[in-house]
Amino acid sequence: MTIQSPSLELGTALVQPIAAAAGRGYWQSVARRLRRDPVTLVCAGVLILLVASALAAPWLGLADPYKTSMIRRLYPLGSPGHLLGTDELGRDMLARLIYGGRLSLFMGVTPVVCALLIGGLLGITAGFVGGKTNMAIMRVMDVFYAFPSVLLAISLSGAMGAGTENTLLSLTLVFIPPVCRVSESVTTQVRGFDFVDAARASGAGTLTIVRVHVLGNVLGPILVYATSLISVAIILAAGLSFLGLGVKPPEPEWGLMLNTLRQAIYVNPVLAALPGVMIFITSICFNLMSDGLRSAMDVKA
Amino acid sequence: MDTVVPLEDRGGPAQPLLLARGLRKHFPVGGGILGRGAKVVRAVDDLTLSVAKGETLGVVGESGCGKSTVARLLIRLIRPDRGSMVLDGDPVDEPHGITVNELRRQVQMVFQDSYASLNPRLTIAETLAFAPKAHGLPAAEARERVRDLLSKVGLDPNNYAERYPHELSGGQRQRVNIARALALRPRLVILDEAVSALDKSVEAQVLNMLVDLKTELGLTYLFISHDLNVVQYLSDRVLVMYLGKIVELGPVEAIYGDPQHPYTRALLSARPSMDPRKRTKEAPIQGDPPNPIDPPSGCRFRTRCPFAEDVCAKVEPLLADTGRQEVACHMRVAGSGHSKATAA
Repeated sequence: MTIQSPSLELGTALVQPIAAAAGRGYWQSVARRLRRDPVTLVCAGVLILLVASALAAPWLGLADPYKTSMIRRLYPLGSPGHLLGTDELGRDMLARLIYGGRLSLFMGVTPVVCALLIGGLLGITAGFVGGKTNMAIMRVMDVFYAFPSVLLAISLSGAMGAGTENTLLSLTLVFIPPVCRVSESVTTQVRGFDFVDAARASGAGTLTIVRVHVLGNVLGPILVYATSLISVAIILAAGLSFLGLGVKPPEPEWGLMLNTLRQAIYVNPVLAALPGVMIFITSICFNLMSDGLRSAMDVKA
Repeated sequence: MDTVVPLEDRGGPAQPLLLARGLRKHFPVGGGILGRGAKVVRAVDDLTLSVAKGETLGVVGESGCGKSTVARLLIRLIRPDRGSMVLDGDPVDEPHGITVNELRRQVQMVFQDSYASLNPRLTIAETLAFAPKAHGLPAAEARERVRDLLSKVGLDPNNYAERYPHELSGGQRQRVNIARALALRPRLVILDEAVSALDKSVEAQVLNMLVDLKTELGLTYLFISHDLNVVQYLSDRVLVMYLGKIVELGPVEAIYGDPQHPYTRALLSARPSMDPRKRTKEAPIQGDPPNPIDPPSGCRFRTRCPFAEDVCAKVEPLLADTGRQEVACHMRVAGSGHSKATAA
């Protein structure tokens, strides 16, 4: 026994640190993988900057985004006092772009969050219950799917009339079917695993099984998908504003700004493209970030 | 809570622990939305079996013969189309009987795929504590039970409780699965190909552990496998299945020593020989099992049976007692009309 004890101690000493490292939670390992992914980090940084500047816009010492000036119309970039020039009514572009982020980001995130709640609930229900319930829910979603998303958003907004609330409502309706479909497919997949059967065989209630065994395994992919929808939502909202179905002037919003500045495209093309650049940066950041999240959340990565 | 105390014997030693009568499960395949014109896979057809207290009943058969469906029917993961079950004298899911949840308290199952049967997002401790907690065991006691379960299956609780399934080897994962099945202190454990995916040395360790656990906890096993040697090692009685039906049932010595059904004989002679001088030169039975959507009339084995005669296509053989075991073959029934059967 005395001869064996040192080797036993060595054994436990070797095993313990591994167990400790392995014992860290799932989200900590996700964070560790994220730290090794510069693209995702940069995108997240840009997004945080955009959101923060939009939220803090009144305190940034910017010019009044609503103040027009007939003399100072369409100043080019880098003009004194107007870093990013002025628009067709002489309003400061920098201020309008930053203030515009408030509405544009809001219009991008809100419908996705609403659709995530409703579509996710429907999809997980359809996937877990299966059978006729699945059939009923998914066939209704297929009806929505029959229309191209842009067309559906335009027709819904057109029918309900212009305005922020109606835009949010129509975008939410547009996003429910894809979120529902993704939720349904991942839930169906998880539901087929033996550990769900084992949980059922243990006599636990359906809600407990969904909470403990299903949600943890489906939320990751659904959230990643939803993140990629935010950029689509921003573009669609901008598109609706561009068509005059979304935000009404003089409210600063990227899509609407793109619409009104298109008259100036031959006078000052760089200026006219600025709102588009903002939309592009935001949506590409959301897309790249959702991609990074997807790989960081993969358990086997 | 009732989960803390092991369930007591109710019907006495002579009462079978589990009695299943006429279990049938047909899975519809294809067909339209309204189910018209759908065909059915006859996965399990009028299966009657009993498991005595403290025994190990082995179930063998080819892939696709309905072994796993039997397991899932017995624990009610799938509802039988027909048939009844009695657990220690109490009818299951019937008025005056016990509920399906009470059945699942006493009957638990170990699945084949050790990876798919563990939730990748939960630690081993969380997985093991799930069922006791769902049955109302307080968290502190559940933690204690997890430690107890892990030591029972030979895993150090300090080392493994907080790990995730992907950090464990196949053998360790299967030990966790066994621990999970024991978490509710069941009386009958259904082992559905529980060791088939493990390599031989690990398989032997897990098998020995199962034998030890059985005596220690007074368990009854229903051991499903396609590995005849393992079944022989572990079982008291053996049930041979072919296309959703029982073809032979009896004590392990009788089945292995004196198989009566041509299918059982073929299965046994298909075992790899340990003696190089006795090589198995040709396959004892040809081809694949027939499609269970449209099983052969009469005896389901007749399409591959070397002794098939007219009577086999016309009359379905019933399980008949031959003294030591029960066999479903016309050759073993006197006066059945088969030329090899003795006259009535």
